[in-house]
Amino acid sequence: MSGPCLFVIGATHQNAPLEVRERLALASEGAIRDELVMVAGIRELAVLSTCNRVEFYGVGSDETAADSVQAAYCAMQGFDPAEFERIRIRLTGREAALHLFEVASGLDSQLVGENEIFGQVKEAYAAAHACGSTGAVLNRLFQKAFQAAKHVRTSTGISSGRVSVANVAVDLAASIFGSLAESKVLVLGTGEIGEGTARAFRSRGAEDLAVSGRRPERAAQVASSLGAGTVPFEERDASLARYDIVVCSTAAPSAVLSAAAIAAAMKRRPARPLLLIDLALPRDVESAAADLQNVFLYNLDDLARIAEKNRLAREAEIVRCRSILSQRADGLWGHVQQYLDLARGPAPGSPARNPGAAGQAAAP
Amino acid sequence: MLPDLSDRQWLWCAAGLYAVGLLLGTISLVRGQRTSGVLIYCAIFVGYVLQFIGLGVRGRATGGCPLGNQFEIFQFTAWSAITLYLVVGVTFRSSVLGFFTSCLGAALTAVSLSIPAWDAVRRTHIFGGNPWIELHAALAIFSYGVFGLLALTSGLFLLRHFSLKSKRLGGWFSFLPSILDLDHIEMRLLTAGFGLLTLALAFGSVYWTRDLASVDHAKLAATAAVWAGAAAALLLRSFGRLLARRFAWACLALFAAALLSLAAVDESRHPVVSPPQERALR
Repeated sequence: MSGPCLFVIGATHQNAPLEVRERLALASEGAIRDELVMVAGIRELAVLSTCNRVEFYGVGSDETAADSVQAAYCAMQGFDPAEFERIRIRLTGREAALHLFEVASGLDSQLVGENEIFGQVKEAYAAAHACGSTGAVLNRLFQKAFQAAKHVRTSTGISSGRVSVANVAVDLAASIFGSLAESKVLVLGTGEIGEGTARAFRSRGAEDLAVSGRRPERAAQVASSLGAGTVPFEERDASLARYDIVVCSTAAPSAVLSAAAIAAAMKRRPARPLLLIDLALPRDVESAAADLQNVFLYNLDDLARIAEKNRLAREAEIVRCRSILSQRADGLWGHVQQYLDLARGPAPGSPARNPGAAGQAAAP
Repeated sequence: MLPDLSDRQWLWCAAGLYAVGLLLGTISLVRGQRTSGVLIYCAIFVGYVLQFIGLGVRGRATGGCPLGNQFEIFQFTAWSAITLYLVVGVTFRSSVLGFFTSCLGAALTAVSLSIPAWDAVRRTHIFGGNPWIELHAALAIFSYGVFGLLALTSGLFLLRHFSLKSKRLGGWFSFLPSILDLDHIEMRLLTAGFGLLTLALAFGSVYWTRDLASVDHAKLAATAAVWAGAAAALLLRSFGRLLARRFAWACLALFAAALLSLAAVDESRHPVVSPPQERALR
């Protein structure tokens, strides 16, 4: 006999390519949630919509509720249901719970172990909770998913180490200078990669940034977008001693920072280390600079190698994480199933809105 | 009420607790996880309390600061280093420093306990009933403890420096403090150690100048050499002449010199008797 059922239905980056996800993207989560909670048989519903996934977590009066959500969603998006079935994810019961645990933990992310998804799941739950479309089961499920995700992130290496070049560079700077608030950063070059790295430094607390480029107007433009100062390109050698971190990403055909200029700068600041991040090809910094005392030189290959190592280390943790999450999903599912068995009574088709305090109180 | 244990039994318990800290850190590092700072700190703190009791029992039995033989000097040096770690460790929240401190504590205490010859005899009346000399000795050994912690920090600095230069940032290298933080800690520890040793020598010199004949020249030369080494390192660092890796090596050498000088200090004492019978604290 079929009864109340926990389900997840949607599409993720695992099966749906970017152009399909573009067509599936929601214009407004709130609007679609308001529509879907009125679908017959839906008791609880939460919508998770990110650039990599659109997922509907729900509790229906039986297993067909998930199909009803799918049909309503496809109709609203003007998406072919047959095509959706080919790329969709559709899980019920314990598997649905485990899926949410994995999503919140970053195991199902394109960039395994990334942290952003945790906040996105929290926001999705908060929005659903605020409009009253969650009840005893989803409240419990999401709370347990947050606990599981925090546990996995702290007890395993799934989130350790950065996996993008810009963030690796920032971590590297932190391992030299500790807090970046006091560090002075000079960006040589006005390309996208240099600007992106500068933004990563800014986001991690670096306040004193300056941009220097061969085209002064472009340098001023980039500096303005970063809230940074500018340094005339021809004065880069003379200004070098003032900076702790230099990010180089010019398109110059040969080195723009010579080892001799760096050595001269170090004489003026011998006790303070200098980090040179050379993201340019051909390289902007003479490799002999790496031999100088208190100078640390990293090029694009070095950073890419570290990022790749971190990515592999994260992937190596997936099995351990899955085992932890599986145990937790089992524990949760035992309680949820009991609750769903008890809750078989209410008439199917009752709207999810205002599930009631009784449901909250009897939460599994 | 404290258990009825002898001084050496208390000190063995302390060594055990330091070894627990070492073990916890090692397990975490082997697993590639961050060491549990709180657990290691607790293990070191409990070990420190037990060592304090053990040294207290010995001190009561000998009627003064327990610095009468190699065993006691090593114990006191470890205790001093850990005293400072318990303050510095909280400030810098470095679990790796805790791990290395538990290494130092376990090594100094276990080695001194494991060599019976070091505690077979002890000098009596080493302070000649003069509290200033006792203060001089306690401060001097305490400064050596500070140099011990300085050596640990310098070791961490060298590891961090190696990891950055060789571009190996993963594994347990990622748990090391930043190189600039380590450099700052080194500088503060060297300043503190040098200050304490200077005070110790100042107190001692008041006594020596009154009774020059009683001064053992080997001891004086060894202690003065350590002081001069610390002063030179501090000056050169302040003027930017001894930096980064070289400064760290100099700090390690300073602690090695301090340990070596203990032999000359120990030899300078004269009356030799058997150590106090193991007495329990009641």
